[in-house]
Amino acid sequence: MEYLNVQGITKTFGGIMAVYDVSFSVDKGSLVGIIGPNGSGKTTLVNVITGFLKPDRGTVLFNGQNITGLRASRITNLGIGRTFQMVKPFYRLPAFKNLVVPLSSPRVKRMGEHYGDKDSTSLDILEDIGFERDSSVPYKPASVLPHGYLKRLEMGRVVALQSELVIFDELFSGLSLAEVASISPLIERLFEVGKTVIMIEHRLKELFRIASKVIVMDLGKKIAEGSPKDIMQDEQVKKAYLGVELKR
Amino acid sequence: MIEKRRKERIDRGIKACTDDIFCLSSLREISYLLVPRILPVVLVFFLVLVVSLYWKKVLVITFVMTIMAISWDFLASCGLISLGHALFFAMGAYSAGAMNYYLGLPVYVTLPAATLLGGVISSMLVFPALRLRGIYFSVVTLIIPLMLMRVIEATKIIGGTEGISALSPLPGLASSIAISMTAMWVVLFSLRRFITSDYGLIFVALLDNDRAVEASGLNIVWFKIQAIFIGSSICAFCGAFMTHYYMSVGMSAFALDLSIFPVAATVVGGMGTLAGPLLGALILGPLSEALRGFGTFRIVFYAALLVVFIVGLPEGLFHYVRRKYEQIERWVEVK
Repeated sequence: MEYLNVQGITKTFGGIMAVYDVSFSVDKGSLVGIIGPNGSGKTTLVNVITGFLKPDRGTVLFNGQNITGLRASRITNLGIGRTFQMVKPFYRLPAFKNLVVPLSSPRVKRMGEHYGDKDSTSLDILEDIGFERDSSVPYKPASVLPHGYLKRLEMGRVVALQSELVIFDELFSGLSLAEVASISPLIERLFEVGKTVIMIEHRLKELFRIASKVIVMDLGKKIAEGSPKDIMQDEQVKKAYLGVELKR
Repeated sequence: MIEKRRKERIDRGIKACTDDIFCLSSLREISYLLVPRILPVVLVFFLVLVVSLYWKKVLVITFVMTIMAISWDFLASCGLISLGHALFFAMGAYSAGAMNYYLGLPVYVTLPAATLLGGVISSMLVFPALRLRGIYFSVVTLIIPLMLMRVIEATKIIGGTEGISALSPLPGLASSIAISMTAMWVVLFSLRRFITSDYGLIFVALLDNDRAVEASGLNIVWFKIQAIFIGSSICAFCGAFMTHYYMSVGMSAFALDLSIFPVAATVVGGMGTLAGPLLGALILGPLSEALRGFGTFRIVFYAALLVVFIVGLPEGLFHYVRRKYEQIERWVEVK
């Protein structure tokens, strides 16, 4: 069954057609990549799916339920978690307190899988995603943490929310190769425990290695969809977007 | 010439010792934590006892304004910078006045009832502006009280320009002092506790990033309404208290200085701590009164002092004092 079904999404900002008539579907337990040059409407698409923007036309079905135009917090509570391209930590709070906020959400309360106080749960999650528990890092305010940790903190939010469908909006951007290498296994682990993952990415090498399906966007339209192998062979995609990357 | 040294700040040993449960290890550690919390309470208590009748009355008003300032800082900590705290004050003041005058309810009913009613009305009035952020929200809050003031003037409802007078007084000056002073400390310590609780963290997070709060599955509008309700109820209490203290309520409840004072007190005291605005208000309130001898020049001196504070101590008095209390500073050579 199609887990997430996006039908004919259109979103305009004034005269700018940010997303035009995009349809695709995601199967449960798959890892789907969305790629495309800058300004092709990837993030707008994510904002529409997660409720941060309301589409002009089109519907989003999640698990058979129509979630088009619902509040972002409602959609999050239904099980779609997302990270932001521009990291959005709570700068004044210590890293572990950052996760206390999602842990207070109705979804986590309803699932009731976390025991003990929120602080210790949060420290457990942080340890899982690579914050050294015995160091001072989890206790430092988010404002002094390096970018790599902030990206992990973004990930921590969806881990805390136990989201079933996770959308990573350029998680790897701004990270060094070493940092990417250390975060990739975390994504694969989410995938292995049965979560569905959508990744928006510019790092095609890393994405193609783990994605089961790739969707290519350009100027707000979907121009190709298929397995990473097919996408790499697709003439249209090759010519317009991946030219340099595929010369080797 | 290039600076060859820099200032180094290190936590005092005792600060590090008192960060966790070991703060109970000795009397010295316990007092390190308790003195800054208890000393101001005791000092203010004795100050009220020793001053003359005139200054007692000044202090009552100062306490009320302090509560307004704490409420302002609380809302600012939630990312809701209000420039119209007079609105919340006036809603409480008029609620108490109307209930007392038209319904004949006694003071001990109108005070709590006006606190809640004022909070509810204020929240409803500010609600349409809650989807705005930053300066846009501030401007709307600035406009609403000015608008309502003209509405009352034009329609002559609830007393019109003359206001309502001959209201029930508070039972004596001593009880007025007791009520306002207790309310001040209760508001300060309970709000300070609240914003460090797990639930309160959500409010603090609103300032840093409300979209991330939304992405955490929490409805930000609902939390902003709660913040406004808490903040405005506190001010509504101030308004209701002053209504009965003056035994009248009028359009001056909407006055702009009621909106400006909390901002000034917070700027002097230091933002985001709740104790900062208390410190600032306890200085600015009596100071404004003490400058009365200068006549018209009072405002000039007052404004000049404010500028000196802002330029000299932009972080705020409380942050400065706390840094000195918790850290040692020394110059180290830059190698």
